[in-house]
Amino acid sequence: MAHYRSFRDFDWPLLILTLIICALGVLQIYSATHDYSTASHDYRSAWWKQILYIAVALGAMWLAASVDYHTLMAQTPILYTLSILALIATFILGKRVAGGRRWLFNLQISEFVKLVIILVVARYLSELKSDELSARDLFKLGGLVGIPTALVVAQPDFSTGATYVPILIVGILLAGIQWRHVAVIVLACALVAPVGWFVMQDYMRQRLLTFLDPSHDPQGRGYQVNQSKIAVGNGGMWGRGVTQGTQTQLRFLPATRTDFIFASFAEEHGFVMVVVVLGLYFLLLMQIVQNAQTAPDRAGVYICMGVATLLLFHILVNVGMVVGNVPVSGIPLPLMSAGGSNMISVFMMLGLVNNVRLRRFVS
Amino acid sequence: MSPLHPERGRPQERANRLLRDDTRFALTRIAIFQYVTVAVFLFLIAGFWVLQVRDHEVNSELAERNRIRTDPVVAPRGKIFDRDMRIIVDNRSSYRALLSRENLNPDHLAGIAEGLHLDLAELQNRVKRYSTRPKHEAVPIKTELTRSELAFAESHMDPDTFPELEVQEHSSTRLYPQNGLAAHVIGYVGEVSDQELDTPDFAKYSPGQIVGKSGLEQQYNDILTGVDGQQRTVVDMFGTTRQVLETIEATPGRNLQTTLDIDLQAAAELSLEGRNGALVALDPRNGEVLAMVSRPSFDPGHISAQDLHDPESPLLNRAIQAQFAPGSTFKPIVALAGLETGALEPSTTFYCPGYATFYGDTHKCDAVHGIQNLHQAIVHSCDVYFYNLGNRLNIDTIAQYAQLVGLGKKTRIDLPAEAEGIMPSTQWALRTQNRRWYAGETISVAIGQGQVVVTPIQLAAAIGGLASGGAWYKPHLVRDPHSSEQPRRGELHPENIATIVSAMRGVVQEDGTGTSARIPGIDVCGKTGSAQRISNKLAKANKALYNELKDNAWFVGFAPCDHPEIVVAALWESAEHGTLAAPMVRDVLKAYFDKKLHPGQIKPPETADLPHSWFQASGLAGPIH
Repeated sequence: MAHYRSFRDFDWPLLILTLIICALGVLQIYSATHDYSTASHDYRSAWWKQILYIAVALGAMWLAASVDYHTLMAQTPILYTLSILALIATFILGKRVAGGRRWLFNLQISEFVKLVIILVVARYLSELKSDELSARDLFKLGGLVGIPTALVVAQPDFSTGATYVPILIVGILLAGIQWRHVAVIVLACALVAPVGWFVMQDYMRQRLLTFLDPSHDPQGRGYQVNQSKIAVGNGGMWGRGVTQGTQTQLRFLPATRTDFIFASFAEEHGFVMVVVVLGLYFLLLMQIVQNAQTAPDRAGVYICMGVATLLLFHILVNVGMVVGNVPVSGIPLPLMSAGGSNMISVFMMLGLVNNVRLRRFVS
Repeated sequence: MSPLHPERGRPQERANRLLRDDTRFALTRIAIFQYVTVAVFLFLIAGFWVLQVRDHEVNSELAERNRIRTDPVVAPRGKIFDRDMRIIVDNRSSYRALLSRENLNPDHLAGIAEGLHLDLAELQNRVKRYSTRPKHEAVPIKTELTRSELAFAESHMDPDTFPELEVQEHSSTRLYPQNGLAAHVIGYVGEVSDQELDTPDFAKYSPGQIVGKSGLEQQYNDILTGVDGQQRTVVDMFGTTRQVLETIEATPGRNLQTTLDIDLQAAAELSLEGRNGALVALDPRNGEVLAMVSRPSFDPGHISAQDLHDPESPLLNRAIQAQFAPGSTFKPIVALAGLETGALEPSTTFYCPGYATFYGDTHKCDAVHGIQNLHQAIVHSCDVYFYNLGNRLNIDTIAQYAQLVGLGKKTRIDLPAEAEGIMPSTQWALRTQNRRWYAGETISVAIGQGQVVVTPIQLAAAIGGLASGGAWYKPHLVRDPHSSEQPRRGELHPENIATIVSAMRGVVQEDGTGTSARIPGIDVCGKTGSAQRISNKLAKANKALYNELKDNAWFVGFAPCDHPEIVVAALWESAEHGTLAAPMVRDVLKAYFDKKLHPGQIKPPETADLPHSWFQASGLAGPIH
């Protein structure tokens, strides 16, 4: 049988949406960093670097789309083992940045592990013999996802580790988890939560406390959210104008290139453009879902929905944090936040989606 | 790149069923995901709507507040002068220490607290209270740095030690006369308190601002306080100035010219040296206060906790706040009531055997005076005469004339916390004590005892206005050019006033009780008063209590007798005999006339009981009390 891959078959709408969002991201990074006089380190190349990352990411996307996803899934044992080893290596050899070891050779390993997790979940669930998940399967899958999650959380990087969980959740929901299992899990979480409170790292506790009561620590955590809300509100309906956002330009808003880039965007472009960009993200997600609906097999569905859920989670947490509806976390906004690892891994995920799409006519 | 065939490969892969045979797989659940996505996005958009559309103004303002730093340009406080524009209160430079918060290191607080003699916990608290303000606002931590503290700050401000420490010059500190001259009149200043900030009067002040706490400093605080200028700059997150927007110059506080005369004030302060009491000198032609002293006193530049808790109340301004029975100084007012109502003629006589019995009580007189008319009764201060007079009148008639001259109510002098005094009447008894007035009490009131109490300023104003023919001007320390207030006038018969004034002349210039107030060449009138503080019965029963509460000595004098230019009321606590208070009044009167009639040739008064020399006083040196 012929596996026909046509140029035209590539998901162009998806790519166009992606690149528009990326372009806006570059514009925002430029605006936030163009004023060299206040740069504490070399910001000058930030926007250019971002373009380079996008270029590399496009290449990675093409790669991820080229190798049939069935082959990729076949390699999951190796990929999984490599991931675990890499995460452990990060512990030992990783560059110490801001109180944690997350980087190995300038790459954030945990970003790429996301791809492996998507494949692992897809493979495991697509090979189930029945339409319902047994408790044993649940535990096994939970363990498979849980181990890398724990390794990432221990870096410490709770936020990134947390992004693995939605992949698992969407997978088991699609696979047909029994309701009684759901009840048990929810109950278990409720019981474990207090223990978790004591066990969790102090900085996370602070984040939760600040979320619940922003005046709790106005100098520290509360300060970030506070400034974010002020910056966003300052944008009003039409925004202050590119490079004219005072909170961005005068550095009252922190992390304008990365975590709070959307706040910076909101300040300079206003409510109207915010709705437009959120609309673009929405269309992006719907496009991915469409690919899930036209996927040739279950594995394809799991892959596409895994990507969609992961991206939705990222958007919800990051943008939610910007408006103060979600506790502060350290996860970036896909396609806009400056940073290579996340950009490349997101593009590779979109590549996987294309991978499924391109093979949907297989017989 | 050639794709793999799904048929080939390991057996597990064949379980991956093709969806062509299973098209319904999870479509519903995928649809649910789509709806959930819509909900999430709506949720996020709602968040933006709240911030950007609904609360746009609030957030823009907060954004502005972040970036605009307003530095105050401190306005100097107005100075205080006497009537001849001689300076009484001036300003001096002082330094204050601040901590900048951008580079604040909590570990440094301990060292800073130690070097500047601050309490560490309080310092930490202060810093914490500033945490909601924009980051570039520095925290003032200590004002009035001493020399050693200033040296400490300047030597430890370098980047390697305490880079967050800053020192600022702060010129609004007061320079008061060293020996507490006119301390009660001037008052003192301090930082506005939290309670004060809550009141509407203080709404325009910010924490840390200096405001007057008593006396003229408090009364005229709004005038004395200038308007701080502002320098508005655009700053970034690190406090670096990007642009100076505007500089508004400070408006200095307005200076205050009082009606005080430093020369008379000095004479008054000297006369009360070593005594507890008060003295007030004012000009009855317009109500201007020429001197006001209260003892014991304090140093307005250094109020201490001791001052606040001292049982002798040095912070109390006895001139306007001490309420005592006036004693015989009240008699002229009773006489006025008698003459005006016709209950008495100047020729009316009473016989004084040294005592009198009314309503079953026997009251003593100082001496056996024999038959006396009004003039003699006042000159000799005969109690029996006035018992009789009081008995003829009733309390309400006496109260009517007492209120006319201004007793029983505030004079409304421009100082805070003036006391009202009490002028009893039947109404008053009913209202405050819920009882009937007994005629027997009127007897005591007629000689200035019983329920009647006055303050020195009330007495001075009352007698001054009376002697002026029945015109009472509101006592004041600062002239108000915009005030068109007319004096209170009384419809009094000039011949009655003349009778009383003539009697008061006799007190000083005949064989009266006030001869020690005589000044050669000056027509001085007056009246003594020895006011009991506890009743005779109680005094007999409790000797110790009597010793503690000996009679007060009053003297009120004015000159010249007809159309007086100056009236002085003096109170010497526990001195027992009113005659002893007379020299104090004489000293001040003499100072006034010496200055007026012999300018440039002020001679010391001819008296032996001055503890310090006159010239020492004018050098403004020496201890207080």
